[in-house]
Amino acid sequence: MVGQIAQHAMEVHGEAWTIKELFTLPNEEIYWSIQIVMYPFMTGLVAGAFVLSSLYHVFGIEKLKEIARFSLVFSFALLPVAMMPLLLHLQQPFRGIHVMMTPHFTSAIAAFGFVFSTYGCIVATELWLVYRKYFVQTALELKAMKNRGTIDNLRCLLFAALTLGAWDISDEAVEKDHKACKIMAGIGIPVACFLHGYAGFIFGSVKANALWMTPLMPVIFICSAVVSGVALCILCYVVVQEIRKFMARRKIARWAKDVNAPTVDQLEGAKHEEVMIASNYLMYFMIAALTLEILDLIFRGYTQVKSWDILREVIMERDFTKIFVMQYGLGNILPFLIMVLPGRTVRRTTIATILVLFGVFMMRYNVVIGGQAFSLSFAGFMDYELPIIPHNIETYKEGLLGALTVAATPFVLFYFINKVMPAFLKEEEPTH
Amino acid sequence: MERRDFLKKCIMVIAGASVPLSALTLVDPKKVLAANPSIQWAFLVDTTKCVGCGFCVKACKTENDIPLNANVTRTWVERYVYTKDDRRYVDSPKGALDGYTDARIDLGKGEFKEIDKDNVGKAFFVPKLCNHCASPACTQVCPVGATYKADNGVVLVDRKWCIGCGYCIMACPYAARFFHPVLKVADKCTFCYHRLSKGLDSACVNACPFGARKMGNIHDKNDPITQIIMNERVGVLKDEFGTKPQAFYIGLAQEVR
Repeated sequence: MVGQIAQHAMEVHGEAWTIKELFTLPNEEIYWSIQIVMYPFMTGLVAGAFVLSSLYHVFGIEKLKEIARFSLVFSFALLPVAMMPLLLHLQQPFRGIHVMMTPHFTSAIAAFGFVFSTYGCIVATELWLVYRKYFVQTALELKAMKNRGTIDNLRCLLFAALTLGAWDISDEAVEKDHKACKIMAGIGIPVACFLHGYAGFIFGSVKANALWMTPLMPVIFICSAVVSGVALCILCYVVVQEIRKFMARRKIARWAKDVNAPTVDQLEGAKHEEVMIASNYLMYFMIAALTLEILDLIFRGYTQVKSWDILREVIMERDFTKIFVMQYGLGNILPFLIMVLPGRTVRRTTIATILVLFGVFMMRYNVVIGGQAFSLSFAGFMDYELPIIPHNIETYKEGLLGALTVAATPFVLFYFINKVMPAFLKEEEPTH
Repeated sequence: MERRDFLKKCIMVIAGASVPLSALTLVDPKKVLAANPSIQWAFLVDTTKCVGCGFCVKACKTENDIPLNANVTRTWVERYVYTKDDRRYVDSPKGALDGYTDARIDLGKGEFKEIDKDNVGKAFFVPKLCNHCASPACTQVCPVGATYKADNGVVLVDRKWCIGCGYCIMACPYAARFFHPVLKVADKCTFCYHRLSKGLDSACVNACPFGARKMGNIHDKNDPITQIIMNERVGVLKDEFGTKPQAFYIGLAQEVR
C-alpha cells in the first residue's frame, strides 16, 4: 500500500517547520508545535478566570462582584477552546474520542478528558445557579408577552428549557442557590488547579526531556495559569466596560435606553475599583510564578547535571531573547514595575495585563518549543519556524493561523453566551 | 437462635472461611505465561563489526513499508569521528540509508565538514533501533493504550487505534519513534514481528553482511546471543532513564547517547 508512493520525496510531520543543526537523531523533529503552546495557555486562562471568579464566590470579596461574574461567564466561553488545540494537533483527530472511551490510565493525558469534563460540569452548574433566577424571570416575561414573534417564541422555549423546571424564585429558593453556588465554587478551585497542574504534569513527567522533567512544573503552571487568567479577565473587563460606556453615552444598546441604566460615571467608578483589587491579586500570583521559575533555573545551573551543558546553550545563548528579554523582561518585570509604581491607573494596569499575557504565552512557548530545541543526542539543535502562510492543512493547523483561530474562538463564544447569560446583569438585592 | 447470635456466627464463618479461600485465586493461563514466557526477544549490536553500509536501513524500510525518501526511519546508523585535536563529530545523514559514501561530516543546514584523514583519531559506526525496553516509557504514556508490550517482549503500535498525539514520541529517550508519513500514526521498529512469528530473522539482521546485528531469545540460556549477553561485556544506551533497554551493544563508547 505504501510501497507505490515510496519512491518520491515525502514530507514527514514536523519537517515543514523544523530546522536541524549539527547532530540530531534522524527521527527528531519538533513534533509538538504551536498548538501545544496554545493548549496550556488556553487551559491556564480557563483555570485562572475561574479562580478569579471564586475569590468573590467563596471568599466573599464583595468588591470583585462584577468582575467575578464576568470571569465566570468568560471561563465558560474559554472551556471548549482548551480542547481545541489538542484536537487540532492530533494526527488522527477523528480518533480523539478514544481517550474518553478507552483511557489508558498510566498515561498522564488519559484522565484529562475526565478532569476536564468534571470541571466543565462544575462551571456549568455554578453558572446555572447564578443565572437561574434570571432564566425564570426572562421566561416568565416572555410567556406573559402578547404577540410573540418567532424569535421571541424560540427565546421563550430556550429560557424555559434552561430553568430545567425549577421555577421557584422565592427568596429562600434563591438563597439556597447562592449557598449551592458557594459550594460549587469551593469544589471548583481545587479542580481548576488540578486541571492545570495536570497540564504541567503532562510535561513535567516526560523523563526523556531534560528541560521539562521537574516536579516544579505543575506548580509553575498553576501559578502562571492564575496570572494569565486574571490578566485576561481584567483586560476583557476593561474593554467590555469601555464598550458599555460608549453605548451608554450614545444610547445604542437596548439596555442603555432603560431609565435605570448605569450612567457613564457609575460604570467608570465600578471599573476602577474592581480593576485595582483584581490587579493586586495578579501581582501576588506573578511573584509566586516568577519565584518558582527562577528557582528552577538556578537549581539547574547550580546542580549542573549531564544535560546542563546543552540546556545552558539553549537557555543562555540560543533562546536568550525569547526567555530573558521577551518572557522575563517584557512579560514579567516591566508589567510588574508598571503596576507597582505609585499612582496606578486603570489604563496603566490594562497595558500591564497585555504584557503579562504576552509573558505567559512566551513562557508556554519557551517550555514547549524550548524543550524540543535540543537533540536527545545532546549534540545538536532544532529550531522552530512558525508557518505563517499555510501551504497545506498541516501548516494551517500548526501555524500562525491555527493559533489565531484558537485564540479568537473564546471571544466569539463569549458573544453568544453573553446573549443568554449576560455577564453584566444588574441585580437588585445586595446579597449573593 | 436469636437474630443477633445468628448474625454474629455468620460473620465468624465468613471471616474464618475467607482466609483459606483467599489462597485460591483464579489462574489466568495467559497471565502465567506472560509472567514467565518462554520467549523474550533481545537484540545484540556488535559495533566493532559495523562498517556503515546502510544495508540494514534499506532492508528495514523496504520490508516495513517506510517510504524510502521520507526522513524517518525505524533503524539508523550513526558515525562517530574523533580527531586528534580532541574534537568529536557525529552524523547520520538520512539515517545512513545510502551508506557512508561521503567522508565529510554532515553538520545539518546543508553544511559539511571536511576532516583531514591524518587528523582522525578514532572513528566508528553505531547502529540504532528501538530498544524494546523492559519498562518502556512510550507504552506508559499512550493515552489510549494503542502501543503495548507483547508477551514476547516486543513493543508494538496498533495502527488502527493510535490517535497520533505524539506523546510516545516525546517520551522515548532514544528517538526511536516517528509519525508514519502516509498512515499518520506513531511508528517504530517491531523487530520485524511478522517475520519472527514465521521463524525468520528480522530484515536488518538478515541484511547485515558483517553480522553486526543479531537477535536472540534472552530466556533461552543456550541461545548463542544470550550466551554473549551473559558472558561478555555489553552495554545498553541511556540506562539512566530506567527503561531497561533490551538492545545490547558490544564496544559501546561513553559518548554514544
